[in-house]
Amino acid sequence: MGSNPTPSARFTRPSWACVRFHPWKVVPYLALTGLWHETSPMAIDTPGNGVFSEGRAKLSARTLRTDKWWLTPFVTFVVLFSFIVYATFRAFENGKYFAQPLISPFYSPCLSTDCVKDSPSFVGTIFGTYHIFGMTVSPSLFILIFPLAFRLTCYYYRKAYYRSFWMSPPACAVAEPHAKYTGETRAPLILQNGHRYAFYAGLVLNVFLSIDAIGAFRNEKGQWGHMSIGTLVLLANATFLWLYSLSCHTCRHTIGGRLRNFSKHPVRYKLWTWVSVLNHKHQNFAWISLFGVALADLYVRQVSGHSIRNLYFF
Amino acid sequence: MARTLKLRIWRGNDEDGALQDVTVEGNNGEVVLDIIHRVQATQMGDLAVRWNCKAGKCGSCSMEINGKPRLACMTQISAYGDDEVITITPLRAFPVIKDLVTDVSFNYKKALEVRAYEHPVDLKPGEARMEQVDVERSQEFRKCIECFLCQDTCHVIRDHEENKKSFAGPRFFIRIAELDMHPLDTLRNRKQTAQSEHGLGMCNITKCCTEVCPEHIRITDNAIIPMKERVVDVKYDPLRWLGSVIRKRDGIL
Amino acid sequence: MTANIERHKYDIVVIGAGGAGLRAAVEAREAGLTVAIVCKSLFGKAHTVMAEGGAAASMGNVNDKDNWMVHFRDTMRGGKFLNHYRMAELHAKEAPDRIWELETWGALFDRTKEGKISQRNFGGHEYPRLAHVGDRTGLELIRTMQQRIVALQQIDARETGSPETNIRVFAEVTITEILNENGKVAGAYGYRRENGAEVLFEAPAVVIATGGVGKTFKITSNSWEGTGDGHALALKAGANLVDMEFLQFHPTGMVWPLSVKGILVTESVRGEGGILTNSLGERFMFKYIPDVFKNQYADNEAEADRWYIDQDNNRRPPELLPRDEVARAINSEVKAGRGTEHGGVFLDVSKRLSAEIIKKRLPSMWHQFYELAGVDITKEAMEVGPTCHYVMGGVEVNPDTAAAVGVEGLFAAGEVAGGMHGSNRLGGNSLTDLLVFGRRAGMGAVAYVKSHGVNPVSDSTIEKAATRIAAPFTREGGENAYSLHQELQEITHNLVGIIRTRVELMEAIEKIADIRQRSANISVTGDRMFNPGFHLAFDLDNMLLVAESTAKSALLREESRGGHTRDDFPGMNPTWRQVNHISSFDGANVNIKVQALPALPKELFDLFDVHELEKYMTPQEIAKGGSN
Repeated sequence: MGSNPTPSARFTRPSWACVRFHPWKVVPYLALTGLWHETSPMAIDTPGNGVFSEGRAKLSARTLRTDKWWLTPFVTFVVLFSFIVYATFRAFENGKYFAQPLISPFYSPCLSTDCVKDSPSFVGTIFGTYHIFGMTVSPSLFILIFPLAFRLTCYYYRKAYYRSFWMSPPACAVAEPHAKYTGETRAPLILQNGHRYAFYAGLVLNVFLSIDAIGAFRNEKGQWGHMSIGTLVLLANATFLWLYSLSCHTCRHTIGGRLRNFSKHPVRYKLWTWVSVLNHKHQNFAWISLFGVALADLYVRQVSGHSIRNLYFF
Repeated sequence: MARTLKLRIWRGNDEDGALQDVTVEGNNGEVVLDIIHRVQATQMGDLAVRWNCKAGKCGSCSMEINGKPRLACMTQISAYGDDEVITITPLRAFPVIKDLVTDVSFNYKKALEVRAYEHPVDLKPGEARMEQVDVERSQEFRKCIECFLCQDTCHVIRDHEENKKSFAGPRFFIRIAELDMHPLDTLRNRKQTAQSEHGLGMCNITKCCTEVCPEHIRITDNAIIPMKERVVDVKYDPLRWLGSVIRKRDGIL
Repeated sequence: MTANIERHKYDIVVIGAGGAGLRAAVEAREAGLTVAIVCKSLFGKAHTVMAEGGAAASMGNVNDKDNWMVHFRDTMRGGKFLNHYRMAELHAKEAPDRIWELETWGALFDRTKEGKISQRNFGGHEYPRLAHVGDRTGLELIRTMQQRIVALQQIDARETGSPETNIRVFAEVTITEILNENGKVAGAYGYRRENGAEVLFEAPAVVIATGGVGKTFKITSNSWEGTGDGHALALKAGANLVDMEFLQFHPTGMVWPLSVKGILVTESVRGEGGILTNSLGERFMFKYIPDVFKNQYADNEAEADRWYIDQDNNRRPPELLPRDEVARAINSEVKAGRGTEHGGVFLDVSKRLSAEIIKKRLPSMWHQFYELAGVDITKEAMEVGPTCHYVMGGVEVNPDTAAAVGVEGLFAAGEVAGGMHGSNRLGGNSLTDLLVFGRRAGMGAVAYVKSHGVNPVSDSTIEKAATRIAAPFTREGGENAYSLHQELQEITHNLVGIIRTRVELMEAIEKIADIRQRSANISVTGDRMFNPGFHLAFDLDNMLLVAESTAKSALLREESRGGHTRDDFPGMNPTWRQVNHISSFDGANVNIKVQALPALPKELFDLFDVHELEKYMTPQEIAKGGSN
């Protein structure tokens, strides 16, 4: 335990061996985060902090939990991190996002000339083509900023990444490694209060993606009345995104949660009860729609790159 | 059904203490509090434990069992394997008094800081009319048995003693939400003070309070997040601010 | 030694922070006096939280035929006319105001369609009368009272700078003595449970609101706090207890599994359609409808089932008979060998209602048994049997002021006070009892303090009280409080329990005396720091006095009525209805004296059908037609 100061004169920290804590379980987690262990520069060891404060029961362990508390934040971290890597790669790839009639959700609404003629959600090259230091800026960046903001400020994802990335706290009743904590009271985290604006933007995006899904009822030649695996992929993607958006806490608040007397607004109350039912599943929708959007993009990419054929039912 | 249980019980006071091993008989169908009482009657006559109803209704026997904040009267021993050692400690967010008893006066201080319900002055007793749909949200929060497990598990104060000054904790966020959603309460600045006086902004909605609540109150989803949204309405949302200036209405849209 | 102890001066000390104690404190504070609330547990944990069904008040929100007179009649019937009529009258008249008042303090009861407070049916009540919040009404009541105290403290904080100027809660303090000077109350003495440090309260008035005595018995729904402290404190201070033989055994306590043994299954389970069956599958309650109830209760399943749909044209199912009748019926079934293997009967609500409705109407019942014992009441029957639940007997008080008879400056309210419920309490009447008489005790104490002023405590009195607290630590190798407590519980359970006989009661009296003698030699291990063995030593002393009082009163009463059943005197006898048993303490023994029960005044007498009164009263009483 090396260089850590002794928390208090009376109280010396016993070895890990005497507490129900299994270092080998934590190793993969620690390796990825580097924040956890006492030897980390960020670990709390200032005497008198947290569960080691003066007056609290003298116990050396950061947690006495015996279950696999580290598993959920670990998996969350791996999955979210993988998504970020994939999404970053795709956002900068600036290609393979359109294959008539399919357009990747990462690049919709279509802002580039590559899909001018055919994309159902084409809004034009309103941004033109930007260049920074001689490099073409991917149109995806203009789009992804909105779902990114929506998910980043989402009440569910906040829980997920505060726990798994920032370990504040890593799990319930597991001491966090930070010496100071101010929550969402200061910049930048105070910006989380803007979640509703990201939500509105997300709704607009959902409309485009729905148009894309409807447009997928065409064949490669743009003729209506056809349906392919790609149609299902885009439909499912749009559906899950709607469910994710509509189940969101800010939606629940806007639709009726902010009312004091439901009885005076029966319609909004009814809507609120529906949204509340969805809201119970917000976490599930958050994950499903995240996978959905990545898979939809992957599918379009593969079709666009001719790695696979978009199979038509009719 | 009789089985032998291996316990490690924290014994000590505010100055010092340690886990002590105890072996005791138990039966499936019994709860941890039954076992503690057996230890008390047979081996440790002066083992301090706070309890009352032994039915999950008063919220007195809050402690940490295998590191998890729980009510001892609602933790069945059948949940633990035969070889498993059950570690029992006092709540770790509050100062310990003796053994499993902690000083929870922090919570009573915070209770004093939340302004009480204010009844409309012109509404006489018996004249109040409220619809069931309008009281249901607040009723959920009034299920709270004040076991303070949510306060104990909340990392804002569990891991940061210095935040106790400025942070009311989940139990009192549901109290504030209860009053803000009460159909008749006349005090109109609860949203503002939730943020400015009670530290709502400190909460990073990591939901541990909801996870440990023995009453299954959906503290985060139904109280804290709605309160955060209500705070945004009055403090951070420029459009709503503009709307409220123009329409001078409160509580609608 | 008296110089170092923690001392406090208040106008009024309230012992007990349940519904009655808090209501008394609110009343006193609102009258401008200073109040100390002293309780053994943390603030807000009192046994009041356990009350589930509701609070009976004839607001007439669901059925407008209801009024105080109907409520009064139901209460007297339930108590088999042994109630103090004036208490029952005050209770029935004032209960609605006390409920409405809670609403102005922020309580949120369940609502009717018109937005009024909803009221539900309950055993012994003619109309739907119980204001409720799901099945956690007691919690709502105590939380509202607690928050009212906080509201008053906030006002004080704004006006005086400190929330504790006028009203202060002393949590986790045990009172061991009510101090007397010159035959009048002068204060109270006790110790902090946390560290054993002694505390002196100097106050001219003390309100006892300590609740019940359940821990005297082996199977009980009461928590550890129900050790009869107030009963014993009052006795020792020179007050009387009235009718201590009447204990309510709640008919439906869980008998299995172990973790929930003794815990109540609220009457609303039966109110919502739960039926009782024995091990043969018979719905046995139809066999146990007493003659006096023949007109109100259905004698066949078809009619009983119809009642749930049409209450105006059908008689009620016998499962909703008053508690003592149901308890006795279950006891008879079990004794006849038709009980479950754990000595109970089955109570099943799963066959009549869907899982969804059960969870909505009985949320904490479902939650409690599912979580505490893994029993799912939406799928399976519960195993239930009688459990000691409530003591009707208690401190003899003046009905209007709640002043204890015998000692000036002492007041009692709630379960610890006697008289209100007669020989049997109706479900739902206790919560409003707390509020009505808690307030009256507060008013009584205020009036007393204003007219009498301070009564100083002498050093010798303090020293005597202090010596008693120190005593268990000075003995070595004496008796163990835990085992004496267990012995006492066995005796009361077996000999003074739900069915009693002369021989057993005499045996009990002898054995209780023996334990009392041995208890004088209790020694305690460890120190004063939060030491449960030390705490039990004092609680046990109180329980012994209560048990003695109960056994002796029960021996005298040679009839069966309400919460007192004598196997050797099975019937109700109108001449016994005319008397109360008054316990007093001479310093060594509890003595019982027979005292006439005040007769119903004419205006209350006339509220009843004379033929109904004939079942309870002697022909002479009927002929007289009331006391005035």
